[in-house]
Amino acid sequence: MKHIYALLLGVLFGGILVKAEVVSWFRIQEMFWFQSFHMYGVIGSAIAVGALSIWLMKRFGTKSLSGELINPSPKPLQIKANLFGGIIFGLGWALTGACPGPLYALVGSGYGIMLVAILSAMLGVFAYGHLKDKLPH
Amino acid sequence: MLQLLTDPWPWYIAGPAIGLMVPLLLFVLNKSFGVSSSLKHLCAMCSVSNARFFKYDWKKETWNLIFVFGVFLGAGLVAEYVPSGSLVGISDATAERLSGMGITDFTGLMPEQIFSFSHILSPATLICVVLGGFFVGFGTRYAGGCTSGHAIMGLSQFSLGSLVAVIGFFIGGLFVSWIVLPSILSLL
Repeated sequence: MKHIYALLLGVLFGGILVKAEVVSWFRIQEMFWFQSFHMYGVIGSAIAVGALSIWLMKRFGTKSLSGELINPSPKPLQIKANLFGGIIFGLGWALTGACPGPLYALVGSGYGIMLVAILSAMLGVFAYGHLKDKLPH
Repeated sequence: MLQLLTDPWPWYIAGPAIGLMVPLLLFVLNKSFGVSSSLKHLCAMCSVSNARFFKYDWKKETWNLIFVFGVFLGAGLVAEYVPSGSLVGISDATAERLSGMGITDFTGLMPEQIFSFSHILSPATLICVVLGGFFVGFGTRYAGGCTSGHAIMGLSQFSLGSLVAVIGFFIGGLFVSWIVLPSILSLL
């Protein structure tokens, strides 16, 4: 059952990504050139809704469907990794015009070439997995 | 109502809709919103590596792989069944600047001149797709998240590490868009 929910939520997210046009390479260049509010509005209001809902769920001690108390743990702070990794991902975001979610959505939208980008991304993860201990974190 | 389905969504509908993924995933699956770790699970699933980084029970993260398969499927359903215009609603200024750099085709979500199999061996495509994809994978794992995990889920929790990561995203992205992209497009 959990797997069916995961699939449905993914379908919902994929549909939203396309309707929001955030999967568009054109939109990403526009964002980095500060020529439209669209992407900033999307990301900003998504954070606002996310933050408000997490606060409310914690405030009211909401339990998940499986009965566990909802209390997501924040990602650990690793300043060097966050910054250097972030910069490298930023390079890739502007080149491909896609972050990981949109990569899958673009393949679904008919851009089969983005399968190559996904394979490259896997290669990147593979390379990181091997270099991890030598990199500053 | 039907128009809302067929037109591209303005930011004030699209953004909150994306933000709702956070409580939905927490409530339904008790999972934190994030997409990029799926790339790691795919690597672990293929089990071609002996690195410690890939030695974990990826089957416990199956939900994430199913979720991204859903993303693929959902986008496909919209592309197939929801009629939409052929142009993304970018600003005139962006279209003009891209025209000036050599982009001639603005139909679809991405420029066909770069993002199509027929150009797979051209330098611009190799840089944008192959190198760009590598950076997306390497960078998200190194940073510990992407736009969904850090920018949306992380900033929703006021995580300092996520803020640092998002600043990094923009340093890298601004560098490419302002300084590198003109040279790449001159290869077209």
